[in-house]
Amino acid sequence: MIQLDNLTKVFDTPKGAVVAADHISMEVPAGEICILLGPSGCGKTTTLKMINRIVKPTSGKVFIDGEDTTGMDTQQLRRNLGYVIQQIGLFPNMTIEENITVVPKLLGWDKARYRERAREMMAMIAMEPDAFLKRYPSELSGGQQQRIGVARALAADPPVMLMDEPFGAIDPINRTVIQDEFLKMQQELNKTIMFVSHDIDEAIKMGDRIAVFREGKLVQYSTPDDLLAAPKNAFVESFLGEDRALKRLNLVKVREVVSDEIGTVVPGDTLETALAKIDDFGYQNSILMVNDQRQPVGLITRAVARTTRGYCRDHFQNVPATVNLDDDLRKVASLMFAQDTTWLPCVDDDGRVCGQITQRAMTHHLGARFRAQETNDLTPDAATKE
Amino acid sequence: MPIQSLKGALRALLLVAIFFAGVWSQSSGVIDDFLWYLPDVQFLAVQHLWLTAISGGLAIAVAIPLGILLSRPSMARWAESLMQILNVGTTIPTLAVLALSMSFLGIGTVPAVFGLFVATLLPITRNTYAGLKGVNLALMEAAAGIGMSPLQQLLRVELPNALYVIFAGIRTALTINVGTVPLAFLIGAGGLGELIFTGIDLYDPVMMLSGAIPTALLAIVVDALIATVAFLMVPRGVNPNRA
Repeated sequence: MIQLDNLTKVFDTPKGAVVAADHISMEVPAGEICILLGPSGCGKTTTLKMINRIVKPTSGKVFIDGEDTTGMDTQQLRRNLGYVIQQIGLFPNMTIEENITVVPKLLGWDKARYRERAREMMAMIAMEPDAFLKRYPSELSGGQQQRIGVARALAADPPVMLMDEPFGAIDPINRTVIQDEFLKMQQELNKTIMFVSHDIDEAIKMGDRIAVFREGKLVQYSTPDDLLAAPKNAFVESFLGEDRALKRLNLVKVREVVSDEIGTVVPGDTLETALAKIDDFGYQNSILMVNDQRQPVGLITRAVARTTRGYCRDHFQNVPATVNLDDDLRKVASLMFAQDTTWLPCVDDDGRVCGQITQRAMTHHLGARFRAQETNDLTPDAATKE
Repeated sequence: MPIQSLKGALRALLLVAIFFAGVWSQSSGVIDDFLWYLPDVQFLAVQHLWLTAISGGLAIAVAIPLGILLSRPSMARWAESLMQILNVGTTIPTLAVLALSMSFLGIGTVPAVFGLFVATLLPITRNTYAGLKGVNLALMEAAAGIGMSPLQQLLRVELPNALYVIFAGIRTALTINVGTVPLAFLIGAGGLGELIFTGIDLYDPVMMLSGAIPTALLAIVVDALIATVAFLMVPRGVNPNRA
């Protein structure tokens, strides 16, 4: 757990005092990723760097796991905080192995242990130990270097990690990959992480909580969903962008919106039955045909069912797409737009149909949160509670 | 780099000189004349190298700590002005430095070593300072951020990364030192300058060359020696010659 208590930094510049961080108080629960988000110069990096005293706080306190760090020895404190920076900062004079083991060595681990640890870390970041440990940073690509940067920060297994725009200098494709890898690692590691970013999409993807900063002040601190649904003021709203409702699509999984009610036909049904079912269920265009394992095999359209006689198995079209219960709504929306359809069948991990998702259900789900917010805004009590 | 190309030109010139010297000595039997000076050359070359070793060794021992000291953050306010003073010091001709040190310390080895020491000190200090200041700030932040003490930062990150530049300074300084030692003869410290200046005074080219050629060879050998040491000591990851 990281707790900041009225953390303040005032820089003395020739033009007078500049308040870079103004009485920042917040708390990151253990095992969560907190994103410090905001435009440049908003104080997010200063706030992060005050935790490991790269920037010395003017006033205020930092608690790690409930313990006041003010009296701690700076070096001892830093060795227990993983630190990843945008410029990566691998030591070019050291091999990859030496880079990863630098903190364990500082902590006085014995040789066998830290060498074993280096191999473990390489496995964790999915890089071949034998191929890379003896190489030098300059021989690695940017993405590989930042993986090593993360490994170095994690090597001594610190409970808390501080990350200063760690993936900012990596190309978009590699960035997505490395973000996904990192989230996967975090599921096992459960570190408490403070993460600076200026990228709203990264924040929504990576963060359990997001702290929005502006001009040295903490403007809003909430979960990504709350942030997108209920931005506190016009600044947050504009920073999130006009498409913030769409961004929430990333946060909602199919399983939250899916309706298990779906009418289906089997290949042996007649088209007459299919037409009856289409009308019964009130479908506009078509009905899904499944095999005896309930796997989707085709669509029977209303037009065909009305004008043709015969069995469904002879008159079906291909299913344009299916979605998995764990897909996010952004993917669903994208498929719907691409296929020009208003609904898609949902399948479980075995490929069996378990329901359907409709555009209507999606918009309703997203809208519900905004409507709730509007009601809150009208009743002052509820608003202050928020 | 101008120093590199200067050295290249010097070497080419030397080769040409050796060639013509060979032709000439073949035809005139001058080789015997040279061989007559061999015992002198052996004795004076050792003396010459001692002067270089002592003045150069002292210079390295003082210049590197001085450069490190100047590069510390706490010295930032003074460092630039001190470097300026050292830069001005570099512009004083070595002969003038030797003359000055003679007027304070008298004649002999001590003033010569002192003069050479002063001339050698400056390039090494400057390169040590520049090399340490040139270490990427991100490295320094990473080193501090993972909990290295200032001394650990210096020894494990700053110095290894600045070593290539520091060695470049040592190499230049010592090569120039070897070439400057002949002037030490003028204040009575011996060295190969004895043959060179006496040869000039006596209009005896053979005697003069018996001093000049070994001096040039020594400079080349010292240069190569330091280059080899640098090659072996600079860590592979930051050594442009071992990439």
